[in-house]
Amino acid sequence: MASEVQHHEEHHHHEETFLTKYVFSMDHKMIGKQFLITGIIMGLIGMGMSLLFRLQLAWPDTSFPILDTFLGKWSDNGIMDPNMYLALVTIHGTIMVFFVLTAGLSGTFSNLLIPLQIGARDMASGFINMLSYWFFFLSSVIMVASIFVPDGPAAAGWTIYPPLSALPAAMPGSGMGMTLWLVSMTLFIASSLLGALNYIVTVLNLRTKGMSMTRLPLTIWAFFVTAILGVLSFPVLFSAALLLLFDRSFGTSFYLSDILVGGEVLSNTGGSPILYEHLFWFLGHPEVYIILLPALGITSEVIATNSRKPIFGYRAMVGSILMIAFLSFIVWGHHMFVTGMNPFLGTVFTFTTLLIAIPSAVKAFNYLTTLWKGNLQLTPAMLFSIGLVSTFITGGLTGIILGDSALDINVHDTYFVVAHFHIVMGLSAIFGLFAGVYHWFPKMFGRMMIRPLGYAHFILTFISAYGVFYPMHFLGLAGLPRRYYTNTAFPMFDNLADINVIISVFAILGGIAQVIFLFNFFYCAFRGKRAPQNPWRSNTLEWTTPVEHIHGNWPGAIPEVHRWAYDYSKPGAKEDFVPQIVPLSENEEPSGH
Amino acid sequence: MMTFLIILVVALAAVALVQIVRIFEVSNTLTPAKEEDNRPSHKDNDIQGKILFVLGMLFVVFSVWSIFKWGGYILPVSASEHGLETDRLLWITMAVIGFVFLITQPLLFWFVYRFRGIKGRKATYMEHNNKLELLWTSVPTVVLAIIITYGIITWGNIMNPEFEEEPIVVELYAKQFGWQARIAGEDNVLGNANVRFIEGINSIGIDPNDLNGLDDIVTSELMLPVGKPILFKFRAQDVIHSAYIPHFRLQMNCVPGTVTQFAFTPNKTTAEMRRDPKVIRQISGINEIREAKGEEPYEFDFVLLCNKICGAAHYNMQMKIVVGTEEEYNQWLKEQTTFAESL
Repeated sequence: MASEVQHHEEHHHHEETFLTKYVFSMDHKMIGKQFLITGIIMGLIGMGMSLLFRLQLAWPDTSFPILDTFLGKWSDNGIMDPNMYLALVTIHGTIMVFFVLTAGLSGTFSNLLIPLQIGARDMASGFINMLSYWFFFLSSVIMVASIFVPDGPAAAGWTIYPPLSALPAAMPGSGMGMTLWLVSMTLFIASSLLGALNYIVTVLNLRTKGMSMTRLPLTIWAFFVTAILGVLSFPVLFSAALLLLFDRSFGTSFYLSDILVGGEVLSNTGGSPILYEHLFWFLGHPEVYIILLPALGITSEVIATNSRKPIFGYRAMVGSILMIAFLSFIVWGHHMFVTGMNPFLGTVFTFTTLLIAIPSAVKAFNYLTTLWKGNLQLTPAMLFSIGLVSTFITGGLTGIILGDSALDINVHDTYFVVAHFHIVMGLSAIFGLFAGVYHWFPKMFGRMMIRPLGYAHFILTFISAYGVFYPMHFLGLAGLPRRYYTNTAFPMFDNLADINVIISVFAILGGIAQVIFLFNFFYCAFRGKRAPQNPWRSNTLEWTTPVEHIHGNWPGAIPEVHRWAYDYSKPGAKEDFVPQIVPLSENEEPSGH
Repeated sequence: MMTFLIILVVALAAVALVQIVRIFEVSNTLTPAKEEDNRPSHKDNDIQGKILFVLGMLFVVFSVWSIFKWGGYILPVSASEHGLETDRLLWITMAVIGFVFLITQPLLFWFVYRFRGIKGRKATYMEHNNKLELLWTSVPTVVLAIIITYGIITWGNIMNPEFEEEPIVVELYAKQFGWQARIAGEDNVLGNANVRFIEGINSIGIDPNDLNGLDDIVTSELMLPVGKPILFKFRAQDVIHSAYIPHFRLQMNCVPGTVTQFAFTPNKTTAEMRRDPKVIRQISGINEIREAKGEEPYEFDFVLLCNKICGAAHYNMQMKIVVGTEEEYNQWLKEQTTFAESL
């Protein structure tokens, strides 16, 4: 105890400059905020791009002068260039998947919550944590810079399959833009690994007294398992990118064979693009859960707190996270049913893929049961979490069609896929991100967000989210392929034009709705109402720290934990919550285990 | 003028925003913050619970309504034998997931409404219930076991088909940005091919020294006989493409350096499809739209599309496929020139 106090005293003697406090900070709370704000900026760029290509898809023949403004030479009298269209969908996908929903979501909340919720002064290594953010920052800068190179940014789809991505002769985006994409992603992988290793070590070693693994809040379980997924899968993406770099620059043939492009026969033989696809999706599928699990963890915490009930089936929730994480490593082939790989593999991957529906169903039912007979406090965070449960169910169900190899043949790479992954992964994760921001904003900035604006933001976002992605199922079942610059080349798709207009109108509405959030966020970060210490009457440890951030989190000793995180409305307790630091009273049965 | 108006509107909006913010700040200082103020009141919970319930139910209604509204746009009955099987599997799966969707979504939004935190509401403490959890682990497991088994059997039938006669071998050749087809000719064996043989008239690189290739027929429009098994072989010249023929429920990637394949039996001719009531309904709807835009009327045809991003004109990489009777097919074959003749 004495050494703890001394340790904390030392921190106060240490003067912090602007540079060490806000820029090269090693404090996990500041790094979390840095991740969040960078993520929000990247999210704006990614969303803005989607609005530009939605204009093109809904009104392909209409001239939009605004396109000239944004795209410069890539737009001719308000009509977008096809190469630019492909570049926009590519960079939109890359930014959303990696920069917003991986770094922006997991980076923000793992950093903010792991030390606070397990009762640690900071991450295991503050320096590595700082490096993790700055690698991410550099990677973001390079990715954004790549948009402005003369030949345009990478445009081979966010999965950058070679040979398209390997040959500058195949498309302009595969020149300088692709090189920068690869450099940016390499830095991103480094950032991701540094962060993940830190999270794992911190959760395993720095839990406070009494915080056994089975008393961890589900947020921490989700971040912990996510970090393990990242450490095991991102290096494989790195190897894929490295081999691609070799093929592009040093004349190797890992992915290239028997190619004639730009009127020239290439000397490469013996390589296979399928190898790249295997390597890519060995990361790519776990990546889906790297995105989704933190959102589910946040939801578990927000739903339990605001239902004023324990999360239903804590052990089943942990079990299903572990099950999903394990299965996510043996399902990547379902992205490749029609690549020509051995049909037997299709059988295996169909089997493993559809198994994921079981732990997912358990999670969905447990959320429903947590709400049942609760006393629901409908904060904006709670609304977004409920929205997540809805999108998780809707999108998860269509996965049963796509994961079935026989059915995938006809809907593979159509808008059905676009609908599925945007709902189950995109919307769920972004709803989880918003839920997290609304819920932990008081912890991040010591101020409250404006609740009515939060409600307006949720309602508009919920409506536009389903308005955009639900109709896409029909486009896909009608056979409309994704990544088409326009659908007018095929008369058979002419009757789908109306649906595309509806989708774009909802997309624009959704874009406008985010302005409400931005205002709410930045205004309240500086001028919002002062937050009380525990605004949501929550049990977890982060709400026992002072509102004003201090280095080391707790002014005195780190509190000891006596119970699990979910003693809400426990019979016999005076209030409807019992924080984890409260010792068991006499005759009280410990709950949860 | 327009620019001026836009600037004016933006300026006014900014002024309005500043005013709203000031009102908010003033009201903030007038009412000192109490801890409870930060949490939704009973009234907030009441209103938000009702709003989300209505929104959720609207979504459920919209999802059902859209089936009636847009259900007619999705692909009609398939024109291949395996397509009948996959369509059946699709509709069974759809029924299962539709059922689950229509139970869980209303339940979710009903719970939000029913248990919204209005005055006097108390939460019931429950940690877990082994019986319930066992129930909703085992029921999905059983249902999935059935779907998985059915799916795997169907997949096996499609990928390893057993035909009564030897399938006609046809190559589909993809390049930026177009398709070509090569029929194996009388010997039904495709000659070796490689991009290195591409020269002049030999546009898809048939090895001129391979005797099997001499009777191959290269075309830019394909005809297939109805009811005969077809074995498609796929090659690509430059980047990955994907051969997608929606009405055949057929898709396979074309990968440079590799030959992929897909076997199937077309079971409807183009003429039969044009007489199909569902197809007629779709086409007449499309033609109404085309007429309004002043475009030529469209007639049904099978079409091969590219479904893997391949470059600028990816969106317009197509080839017409005609399915005819055996006589029509043989007639058509006679009119084509073989590789040997073209040299």
